[in-house]
Amino acid sequence: MAVEVRIPTILRTYTGGEKAVSGQGSTLAELFDDVEGRHPGLRARIVDEKDSTAALRRFVNVYVNDEDVRFSGGLSSPVADGDVVVVLPAVAGGAL
Amino acid sequence: MIRAAEADGRLRPGSTILEPTSGNTGISLAMAAKVRGYRLVCVMPENTSIERRQILAMWGAEIVSSPAAGGSNEAVRVAKEIAADHPDWVMLYQYGNPANAEAHYRTTGPEILADLPTVTHVVAGLGTTGTLMGIGRFFREHKPEVQIIAAEPRYGELVYGLRNLDEGFVPELYDPSLVDRRFSVGARDSVRRVRELLEREGIFAGLSTGAIVHAAMAQAQRSLKAGEPADIAFIICDAGWKYLSTGAYNTDLDTTEDFLDTQVWA
Repeated sequence: MAVEVRIPTILRTYTGGEKAVSGQGSTLAELFDDVEGRHPGLRARIVDEKDSTAALRRFVNVYVNDEDVRFSGGLSSPVADGDVVVVLPAVAGGAL
Repeated sequence: MIRAAEADGRLRPGSTILEPTSGNTGISLAMAAKVRGYRLVCVMPENTSIERRQILAMWGAEIVSSPAAGGSNEAVRVAKEIAADHPDWVMLYQYGNPANAEAHYRTTGPEILADLPTVTHVVAGLGTTGTLMGIGRFFREHKPEVQIIAAEPRYGELVYGLRNLDEGFVPELYDPSLVDRRFSVGARDSVRRVRELLEREGIFAGLSTGAIVHAAMAQAQRSLKAGEPADIAFIICDAGWKYLSTGAYNTDLDTTEDFLDTQVWA
């Protein structure tokens, strides 16, 4: 078992076109570190590491099992085997 | 938003209103514009349901189509371009207009509290974020223990057709400190939930409502698991009429999901 990470179209240049990759880790930060080992460059598009504090980039949303991690601990959010992590660009949405 | 623009003198008799919309705000604006004598130009993604176009046209609104790829982001971009070319037109700009959230602060929030004083959670859709920002601010001030939960539609890949991540968009109104939890809900779960609403409650609701019900049920499960009593209020945004052509109510789930994959369905 592992954690599945779904990659948006715009970042698939880093995954050889793969829609989803798998990784390991007990937190989101560890998971992205692990995935970075096989898909170099991907993490920097999702995580902003300037000023030695890592945070999600402004226009990137990350969901663990459909829940936005910005409200559940950000990069420290726990992940576990079988979880699905979805990475999406922030866009205007909804019935408006 | 219309009253605020009238009050500050931006909107005058004969003015033209311009608005990026995936249809629903556009329909309300078209109704109000007709009654108050304004011309309305809506910028709408081409991949929205045919009913929205028909209803907008019925009230005399003019429609400028924006490209399907990029969804509402593109509608916002195109509307901003048109606004620059027509400085005399009035763009109410629902994504950044404080009067949008203010309306919910003054009406939706107080109505929920008056009707359900024991409310513990409020769930609403996240689009312009106006509904949630207004409700959220109201409850932070009047009953801060109430949790504010956002349900955000998750579209198919086409709708996220950005050329780069820096073209992403967060509505100017959005203040994450007014939200406690945010769920992303795909088309399949949303359709499943509108069908459940029909089957179990006899309620004929639109697709974004399906996403909101899904998030509300996720919260209900969580409260149940934690052994905490919960009175969860959620918003039913609209009825299902505008979505009949999508097949959401009568086509098999796989076919519906495939069709909605390229649509701005919520």
